[in-house]
Amino acid sequence: MALAKRIIPCLDVDNGRVVKGVQFVDIRDAGDPVEVARRYDAEGADEITFLDITASSDDRETIVHVVEKVANEVFIPLTVGGGIRTIDDVRRMLNAGADKVAINTAAVFNPEFVREASDIVGSQCIVVAIDAKQVSGEGEPLRWEIFTHGGRKPTGLDAIKWAMKMVEYGAGEILLTSMDRDGTKIGFDLPLTRAISEAVSVPVIASGGVGNLDHLADGVIEGKADAVLAASIFHFAEYTVQEAKQHMADRGIEMRL
Amino acid sequence: MSSTIAVVDYGMGNLRSVSKALEHVVLDNQRVIISSDAQEIADAERVVFPGQGAARACMQHLQELDLNEVVLQAAREKPFLGICMGMQVLMAHSEENQGVDCMNLYAGEVRAFADAALKSQMQSLKIPHMGWSMVSQKQAHPLWQDIQENSRFYFVHSYYVAPEDTALVAGTTEYGIEFVSAIARKNVFAAQFHPEKSAHDGLQLLKNFCRWDGQV
Repeated sequence: MALAKRIIPCLDVDNGRVVKGVQFVDIRDAGDPVEVARRYDAEGADEITFLDITASSDDRETIVHVVEKVANEVFIPLTVGGGIRTIDDVRRMLNAGADKVAINTAAVFNPEFVREASDIVGSQCIVVAIDAKQVSGEGEPLRWEIFTHGGRKPTGLDAIKWAMKMVEYGAGEILLTSMDRDGTKIGFDLPLTRAISEAVSVPVIASGGVGNLDHLADGVIEGKADAVLAASIFHFAEYTVQEAKQHMADRGIEMRL
Repeated sequence: MSSTIAVVDYGMGNLRSVSKALEHVVLDNQRVIISSDAQEIADAERVVFPGQGAARACMQHLQELDLNEVVLQAAREKPFLGICMGMQVLMAHSEENQGVDCMNLYAGEVRAFADAALKSQMQSLKIPHMGWSMVSQKQAHPLWQDIQENSRFYFVHSYYVAPEDTALVAGTTEYGIEFVSAIARKNVFAAQFHPEKSAHDGLQLLKNFCRWDGQV
């Protein structure tokens, strides 16, 4: 009877197209965000996250149209991240049909932005995305720091303290990515996930490193995550969202099946 | 003859999802409008009263736009669907923002999840309650038609309604405690969850609403 844990497929969107090669067998145009979102919805995705990776600011408007088109047809929660820097950005995304926006770099450079945004649109719309990397050496107590610019720039901020601060500032959810695990397919950083999830009062989404379905289940069981986010295992049709949910349910996790 | 479904716009959150979801399930002769115009809302055949954010801001906006009375009037006489904050403000009072007087259509309070009773259960419940939870149907109601008992709906909230009259309860959900996740009386149905974000079952509920004559 409990709240179901969520599976969230993540789509990288560049210039209005889904990139990183989405390969669905029976979809004509796998780069179309609407087609992909529709497919994930049909498979039982609990939410969908769009990450706008468009480099040029001229093309920022494109993601708004993507969100609009998807929101017209897919009736599950949608989150948009990437390049959210101003209240105007937040409003534009919500008005386009997003339910939540993920704020990353802008939060690091200006924490007050998170407070301001959550005051205006409500905490339930504000996800703070945290990119963390382990900085403790072997034998030392585990410690993680916040990195920006795709994990290249250290900030000196302790990840756990930062997560707690962001919740205090009004984050309604934390999207936690391990920069050590991102793209590795060896599983989430479970100690990191667990440490953050136990430190904050809001839901935590685990991200970075999923290579198989057990990794998803581990993120919830051992990492104490409230939701798990994955990209490539779904894009390349290795597994469907439905298979992932069934697998997690088989391991005793409450899921919406 | 065309009949209008008015989604009340009082500046509290994204109404696009609600109107798009409604457009997905309306009958051919129905049209969905998003409106902050009292006359338009009064003229509509059905009213959807959504909302997200904080109770105080919500009540303030309603008053500033002078929509309080027209919304209450709609809740007295035509098929009316409250969603999330639009359900909570139908009660007399909310604990949110150090206490806010609400529309007082129904006696009762809006309470925070994070109270002592919840914490004493030693469960590390995350607030907001965010995600898909089961709804147990406590009344046979036209809006539950073709929706199975204990279907999951999408929730995102930190407060819940506690109506004085338990006969209002149309659905309950467990999150640490069993709370009221839907209420219904006469021509009013209101839900704490978001049908517009609850995939198939949510659309079914909206579809039922579009076809509901307001009778139970």
